Amino acid sequence: MLSSMKEGCHDPKTKQTQLLKPGRRTKASGVFHNLQEMQHCASLVTKVFIQRDYSEGTVCRFQTKFPSELNIRIERTLLEETVKTLNSYYMEAEKIGGQSYMEGCLACATAYIVFLCMETRYEKVLKKISGYIQEQNEKIYAPRGLLLTDPVERGMRVLEVSIFEDQGSAGSSPSSTLSSDSSAR
Amino acid sequence: MHLGESTRECEYSQISTRSSTPMETPYKKKTPKKRKWETFPGRNRFYCDGRIMMAKQTGVFYLTLVLILVTCGLFFTFDCWFLAEQLTPIIPVIGAVLFLFVIGTLLRTSFSDPGVLPRATPDEAADLERQIDVANGSTGYRPPPRTKEVVINGQTVKLKYCFTCKIFRPPRASHCSLCDNCVERFDHHCPWVGNCVGKRNYRFFYMFILSLSFLTVFIFAFVITHIILNSQRIGFLSALKDSPASVLEVVVCFFSVWSIVGLSGFHTYLISSNQTTNEDIKGSWSSKRSKDNYNPYSYGNIFTNCCAALCGPLPPSLIDRRGFIQSDAPQLAPPTNGLPMYGSTQSQQSHKQVNTVDCHLQAKAAHCDCPHNSGVLLQGVAHHTGRGPEPRTEAESHVRARFGAAAARQIHLKARGGGISSSPWSPLQIILMLGLN
Repeated sequence: MLSSMKEGCHDPKTKQTQLLKPGRRTKASGVFHNLQEMQHCASLVTKVFIQRDYSEGTVCRFQTKFPSELNIRIERTLLEETVKTLNSYYMEAEKIGGQSYMEGCLACATAYIVFLCMETRYEKVLKKISGYIQEQNEKIYAPRGLLLTDPVERGMRVLEVSIFEDQGSAGSSPSSTLSSDSSAR
Repeated sequence: MHLGESTRECEYSQISTRSSTPMETPYKKKTPKKRKWETFPGRNRFYCDGRIMMAKQTGVFYLTLVLILVTCGLFFTFDCWFLAEQLTPIIPVIGAVLFLFVIGTLLRTSFSDPGVLPRATPDEAADLERQIDVANGSTGYRPPPRTKEVVINGQTVKLKYCFTCKIFRPPRASHCSLCDNCVERFDHHCPWVGNCVGKRNYRFFYMFILSLSFLTVFIFAFVITHIILNSQRIGFLSALKDSPASVLEVVVCFFSVWSIVGLSGFHTYLISSNQTTNEDIKGSWSSKRSKDNYNPYSYGNIFTNCCAALCGPLPPSLIDRRGFIQSDAPQLAPPTNGLPMYGSTQSQQSHKQVNTVDCHLQAKAAHCDCPHNSGVLLQGVAHHTGRGPEPRTEAESHVRARFGAAAARQIHLKARGGGISSSPWSPLQIILMLGLN
């Protein structure tokens, strides 16, 4: 198993070397077998930012426009699906309805002391969102060498997509670097 | 001050230890972990290890607090006994409830984060710069004013670029010059509460002024009642001599009532039309501007607008004051096409030094009083390389002295290529980030 290894990534934790199938452009195109593999082997190439969509006011929404830098990395539908789900979560968090009124009135009646003990609905939904992003990273994005950052860590301004590639592969992925360069210029 | 802010801003985004010269190595494994509020770039004051956040000038807030406490204290001490005996003991009870509500909402308004938007990370700022360059085509000396137009509910709204925070401000956000922060749904900076009033604390502010109006009217009315009832027994002048504190209370309340009640009325109008003080003063949605001008944020009816402002969901703070700073410095693998985008160096130390020097260059760029202003990364550095004895030369000499010619060449290439862009992450940072996720 180890003898056929040409390119690989040594995992210091498990002291195993993850095997690459020769001839398969996995590392070159930045595909990782799992999230842990990416953690140990990856180097950041560039970051793509999906901006906020303010066409419906100040509610939190992200643009579903597909960034061109991700064309070679991920299918359009997958990313759009993720962004749409996130948008629906944010809409749920900011929904003004019966539950939010109850929460608001209760808080007002207790001079807002209740906020010290209780978690607001928004915070609960944000926790759900970070769980969702973690799951999406593990299942969809890490195997493609991408990583989503929770927008709350970027002040809800952007959805940051980090593009990684394998450190071990020498001539790896000049295309992604060049494409990011060309888009930068 | 400006340089200090910019250096702090760099440190905040670069997450390295605070150093006055760029040559001190930032890589210290055993520094005690700092909380993010300690390196917050805005002009705010933090207390209780980051739990409390206020503006820099808090003198007037203490005046407010003293006025309320003294007036209510005098009321409970001198007037309440008489009123409880003569009329009903419910009066002090109501007074106490109002007083506690006023203090609670005041402290809540003053101590909470008004909705500060954290400043852009270097990666975001660089990305925005690239997009602006692509959109503009040429990079002139004076860039055109940066605005983006967006259509919200049929109304065209201009989003302005904030040079300090390096972001396009969301609609209704504004930059507070006193606190040096962009605040979401910025209403105004209130010196009386010692904080900005924005998205997250507007309802507390409104409840404060509303309850304070009731309290002021309440105290005014019952102190007058006390004096009148007392003067019926012992005469007017004797009644005044009997409780001199009541005179003080009447004077304070009389002058407060006009301003506080007026302010409450004004904010009630703003809430019912879903406007901010900022928008009202500027006349953003006034029909005087144009016939088609209307407020795109209004829900159409007063009741929904009020409910949305007061009972809507409360978003959490975006600035994570009490989080710990991740002290691991970023590193980026060299791109394999040969062009050192970020400065590939032999040693970890010198590479981290290069990153700190980026910081230094950014800080120098920010310090320049030119239209590029702070954080104009690509343009600013390119701009600076053409002007006199520049940070680039200074930085180069520093690096050369410490790490030799190779590293210095990296800086030179970077400054020329204007390639100060993203902060790459080390694997450790990725692990930490995923752990947080």
